[in-house]
Amino acid sequence: MQNSDILINIGRFVLLVVLQILLFNHINFLGYVNPYPYILFILVFPFTGNKSLLIFVAFFLGLMVDVFGDSGGVHAAACSLVAYARPLLLKFSFGVSYEFNTIKLNKAAVGARFTYISSMVFLHHLVLFSLEIFNISHILLLLKSTLFSSIFTIIVIFCITLLFSRKN
Amino acid sequence: MQQIIFFFIRNKNFLLFLLLFIVSLALTVNSHNYHKNKYITSANFFSGGIYNAKTSITDYFNLKQQNNRLAEENRRLRALLSLSEDSIQAVVLDSTLIPGTFTYYPAKVINNSYSKTKNYLTLKRNPNDSIEADMGVISSKGIVGIVNRVSKKYASVQSILNTNSQINAKLKKSNHFGSLTWDTKNPNEAQLIDIPRQAPVTIGDTIVTDGKSTIFPRGILVGAVKDFNLSNNQDYYDMTISLFNDMTDLHHVYIIENNEKEAIQAIENPIENAEQ
Repeated sequence: MQNSDILINIGRFVLLVVLQILLFNHINFLGYVNPYPYILFILVFPFTGNKSLLIFVAFFLGLMVDVFGDSGGVHAAACSLVAYARPLLLKFSFGVSYEFNTIKLNKAAVGARFTYISSMVFLHHLVLFSLEIFNISHILLLLKSTLFSSIFTIIVIFCITLLFSRKN
Repeated sequence: MQQIIFFFIRNKNFLLFLLLFIVSLALTVNSHNYHKNKYITSANFFSGGIYNAKTSITDYFNLKQQNNRLAEENRRLRALLSLSEDSIQAVVLDSTLIPGTFTYYPAKVINNSYSKTKNYLTLKRNPNDSIEADMGVISSKGIVGIVNRVSKKYASVQSILNTNSQINAKLKKSNHFGSLTWDTKNPNEAQLIDIPRQAPVTIGDTIVTDGKSTIFPRGILVGAVKDFNLSNNQDYYDMTISLFNDMTDLHHVYIIENNEKEAIQAIENPIENAEQ
């Protein structure tokens, strides 16, 4: 990574955490549906970047959201899991050759991009809500929250990526 | 030896992930235990500071509403005062010098959540007040929760909308008591369980706190009975309570200190220890 890349990633980290805790945690659509678009940081982290670094930074990202939400370590656990699973899901969505082509998320085909974003978001939310609810008798609530929050997050993430896509 | 080192190098991502995942699981499990999470709370100066900055802006949006609410509370307290004016004059001065059983400290809600299964609030408190964990928190309309963690300027409160919360509450008209819990479905409703079957319950009955627990004084408003039925073993009622407090719209709250807490616990603890 070059210096400008590092600065951009730090800026993105701070901005997404601030947006998450001050805005997206308080939407409460239909009473309980909140989006968690801060994981966009993990989604767009350079594909060729250091994987260990990503896992560590993702853990820290989740921990920040946890501190502000009084939720123990649920975001940290979910974030480190998706960061670890990211290479697998990248391979699954973009094909084996993703590493060599240096794909940019904005330029990828819509289908592959959708598969990538939604599988990452769904995995993150499933772990997040399982740990947060932590009770098998509330399994319906768990699945309902996961589904609705995932849909909401995917929509928000798509909007953000469209908003910031550069047309060359 | 070389093999082991190679193993570590080959699997370094997985091992790093595993380590961090276990750390976060430990933090999660810790936070499920009542006020054991010492570090990861919004009562620290960093997150408290950011929430405080946010509140200093958003305060202005509902100023009118909050003023109306405070004026309404003043009206109610004045009405109470005028009712008991004669008796106040009869006891004259000296009773005001004796500290009461309960001390009330004002605080301001700077962060509130109600859509999760374990909800917490963050309060900005006055650094000079002697606030500790396990103190009750109420608003002008009813109970809010129990103080969980305290830092110098902030306090985090476990809301009654938290699956870990269990608060003693009773029917206002009789002394039958049970525990107030939350089934996560609706932020305006809570559940009162373990009310004995003999209790005379009708829909609309008022539920208040029971003074047994040293956290809340007796008679703090909780809510009204919305629905009730017998539980599975037919001996107890399970009730749905519609809360008087709008938990989604909290601003000014009071933290309650029980000045006799230590004296009561000093009496009760030896008994509990003897029973075990």
